[in-house]
Amino acid sequence: MNNKSAKDRIVIASFVIAGLFVLFATRLWQLQILQGGEYKKISTENMLRIIKSPAPRGIIYDRNGIPLVKNAPYFYASLIPEHLESVNIRYLSEILGIDSDELYAKINKKRLNPFEPIKLKEGLTFKEIAEVESRRSDFPGLIIDIDMSREYLYGDIGAHLIGYLGKLSPSQSKNPEFKDVPPEAFIGQWGAELLFDKTLRGTPGARVIEVDALGREIKPLQEKNPVKGDDLKLSIDINLQKAAEEAFAGKSGAMVAIDPNTGEILGFISRPCFDPNLFARGISYSQWLGLNQDKKVPMLNRALQSQYPPGSTFKIVTAIAALNEGVITPETKVTCTGGIHYGKWQFGCWKKEGHGTVSLHKALVESCDVYFYEAGKRVGIDKIAEYARMLGLGTETGLTLVQERIGLIPDTKWKSDKRNQQWYLGETFNAAIGQGYVAVTPMQMAQMMSIVANGGHIYKPTIVKTETAQQPLRDAAIKPEILEIVKSGLYGVVNEGGGTGGAARLSFVSVGGKTGTAQVVGIRKSSHQLPEKFRDHAWFVAFAPVEKPEIALSVFVEHGGHGGGVAAPIAKRAIEGYFKSKEMNKDKNAENRPKTD
Amino acid sequence: MLKIDRRLIKNFDWLTFSLTILLSVIGIMTIYSATRPLLPYEAPVYHMKQIYWLIIGLSAMVLVVKFDYIWLGRLAYPLYAFGMLLLLIVLVAGKTGMGAQRWLNIGPISFQPSELFRLIFIIVIARYLSEVKPQMGLTSVIRTFFIFALVPLALVLKQPDLGTAIILGTIFLSLSLTKGLQKKVIIFLLILVALSVPFLGNIFWEGLKDYQKNRLVAFMEPDADPAGIGYHINQSKVAIGSGGFFGKGYMRGTQGPFRFLPEKQTDFIFAVFAEEWGFLGSFFLLLVYLALILRGIDTALKAKDDFGRFLAAGITFMFSTYFLINAGMTLGIMPVVGIPLPFMSYGGTALLSNFIAAGILINIRSRRFELFY
Repeated sequence: MNNKSAKDRIVIASFVIAGLFVLFATRLWQLQILQGGEYKKISTENMLRIIKSPAPRGIIYDRNGIPLVKNAPYFYASLIPEHLESVNIRYLSEILGIDSDELYAKINKKRLNPFEPIKLKEGLTFKEIAEVESRRSDFPGLIIDIDMSREYLYGDIGAHLIGYLGKLSPSQSKNPEFKDVPPEAFIGQWGAELLFDKTLRGTPGARVIEVDALGREIKPLQEKNPVKGDDLKLSIDINLQKAAEEAFAGKSGAMVAIDPNTGEILGFISRPCFDPNLFARGISYSQWLGLNQDKKVPMLNRALQSQYPPGSTFKIVTAIAALNEGVITPETKVTCTGGIHYGKWQFGCWKKEGHGTVSLHKALVESCDVYFYEAGKRVGIDKIAEYARMLGLGTETGLTLVQERIGLIPDTKWKSDKRNQQWYLGETFNAAIGQGYVAVTPMQMAQMMSIVANGGHIYKPTIVKTETAQQPLRDAAIKPEILEIVKSGLYGVVNEGGGTGGAARLSFVSVGGKTGTAQVVGIRKSSHQLPEKFRDHAWFVAFAPVEKPEIALSVFVEHGGHGGGVAAPIAKRAIEGYFKSKEMNKDKNAENRPKTD
Repeated sequence: MLKIDRRLIKNFDWLTFSLTILLSVIGIMTIYSATRPLLPYEAPVYHMKQIYWLIIGLSAMVLVVKFDYIWLGRLAYPLYAFGMLLLLIVLVAGKTGMGAQRWLNIGPISFQPSELFRLIFIIVIARYLSEVKPQMGLTSVIRTFFIFALVPLALVLKQPDLGTAIILGTIFLSLSLTKGLQKKVIIFLLILVALSVPFLGNIFWEGLKDYQKNRLVAFMEPDADPAGIGYHINQSKVAIGSGGFFGKGYMRGTQGPFRFLPEKQTDFIFAVFAEEWGFLGSFFLLLVYLALILRGIDTALKAKDDFGRFLAAGITFMFSTYFLINAGMTLGIMPVVGIPLPFMSYGGTALLSNFIAAGILINIRSRRFELFY
């Protein structure tokens, strides 16, 4: 009886055990059949490691083949996590010169792959490398790796155009365009580096290896070599650029120089500027903050993103409009007595004692305001606006370096649409001499100068050196002889007695130009007596040689005072730099230069 | 003697014998695959050691089968004293490995006395229970516990060897239940368990070593920290799951040899096998173990005396507990407790002990028709 019940209980136990076996079989089914595919994937991924090797980035050259950047090796220290326990963090922080708290934070940061080396410090100096290497045995698992970083050979010269590299940002890494880019890699974030990132970047290589849990390579599975990025030949002339930027010395402003025959940008300045080398190895947060909070706004691209009244440089537009519409001829004479009266208002000429009787040529050379009041009155604001837009002002220039501002060319329609007011003749007077509502960017002024210089052809501006002859986008509806008349006036501005642009005169090449002074406050006072922020902005637009222009440019100096005194010398240095550089690279350019007519 | 031997051969339990050998061979194959060299300079040693231990185990089994198991009953108490002595020696002179003091060195061989002690424990409990009156009362249970279980449990926990402690506890409880407890004892035990859960939980938790706590946390939440304490369980599930229906093929498994799976040749050998042989192979393996266990149950039912019955039941329950805890752990349905898979996991003493246990089962079954003398 008792034995029987013990037997019964053994049988019950066997049922319990058998039941658990059924449970286990079910679990096996779940793991292996239902979730098998998922786990298979994980187990494969466990073993595969893809090591991406960044491709050497394409080199950026100036138009004459002078390298502007180079890829320099830089070193970084990483730690293999398995050796973490045997490393004295305090000691390590001392040697690497990192705060030990920061070091702990880096080490304790959650990582996707527990076996991936932890990057501790980038941009090691040779001294630091030597320190680490000499204490090799103290730090098992500390590895020093080499990567390429970008070195900008000319520092801040041309920085706004050339741009800089920065780490792939978290938002960018989600963008499919960057799916081939290794995390933490540097990509173009500004200027040409950003614009042409795709071609410069190249194709990163990849090594697919099978690893065990210790990260030891068991066997290589696949290997793809990196393909170097394409080189990029910019249209800028670094000698021009350097000469002009040096001429800016401490001033804020912008310069754009264009080849009027192709639309190539020969020089591009926005000052103050920044050193792209700061970004190349990862800019620190405080440095970044400093750049962005600087009152002088070095990160602002003044050539494309700041707009100001063009001042007297706009007289070129008024002159062309009046001549082409036939309301004046070169012979038309106007008498300047130092100003005109219109109703109860007085519109003065900058020369209080008056210019006397002036023709168009003299009016341009001496920048007589009264002449252009008359010309503006005759042709009317809507025609002035039409020609201004035809010459590229108040419209996009199409240079996509940054989001450009389009400025403002006012007309009667604009006034009634935007201000719901009628247009007054007095406003035409102001507009005719480039004051009042008129606002333009330095880039637009350079484009205007280029169109005037090349006889009315509108080219799309480009920062890349072109190897073939460019076709203009369209031609301005302006008679070429009228442009010749204006150009001869501009020649006079620089080269004739009484001309306002004498400071741009050069002995070996004929320069034409026009000065401009944009009022900041509505008082006519000698500018240098005012505090800097109230001083006038200085403009100068120029082209050379006058007979067969190869360079057209605009110079803008913030709060610089008079255009003739401040902006013209910079233009002179730029033109000088261009022709010197051309002379130096004569042989090279003989075969490269596109045929122009 | 000769006469007995002939009957012994005639009634020999070939099934248990072949199942254990089959499992050991599968085990050695899997150990080799789990530790096979990936790089030229590596030379695995585990499978060869396991083969030597298999030979030793088989010899011990034959020896055990030769003498009537009655002798085990007669020698139960001296054996028990010997076992306790071994446990004490381990505590004093044992070798520490993997955070626990479990090993004794005898010449070149190091072995774990607790692995042998579990057999002695079954023998002594079986002997005692076969002599007490059925429907054990409360005092009887408590007395049994105090006499036979308390000290060894304390000694084993001190090593610490939670796995063996759990096994000893399970054996004690399951054999007592088999013997038959009075209803009020069962009710008392249930109430005791219910009441003590809050207290015991705390005492239990505080008494655990850090790695044991981690394992429990990992069991509750394996995804909480995949690179840390949940790592074992996750990688084990990956190994088993990635086997799919047909498996990756023998010597084609990666989780083990690539070291993603820790303790691959010992505690997690089931996962290595499941990865290579898939659902098909794993299900077959389950059936082999189930067959071994049911055969043991059948042996217990057919045993000629109470001692044999309790002995066979105890051994079978022990195999079952080992298998269920180990496989349950690798399948991620039980916490990680360092318990090997019987006959398959690498480990000499465990293999030897299991072959002796299997030998006792064969012994009992082969002598089921013999009369007392």
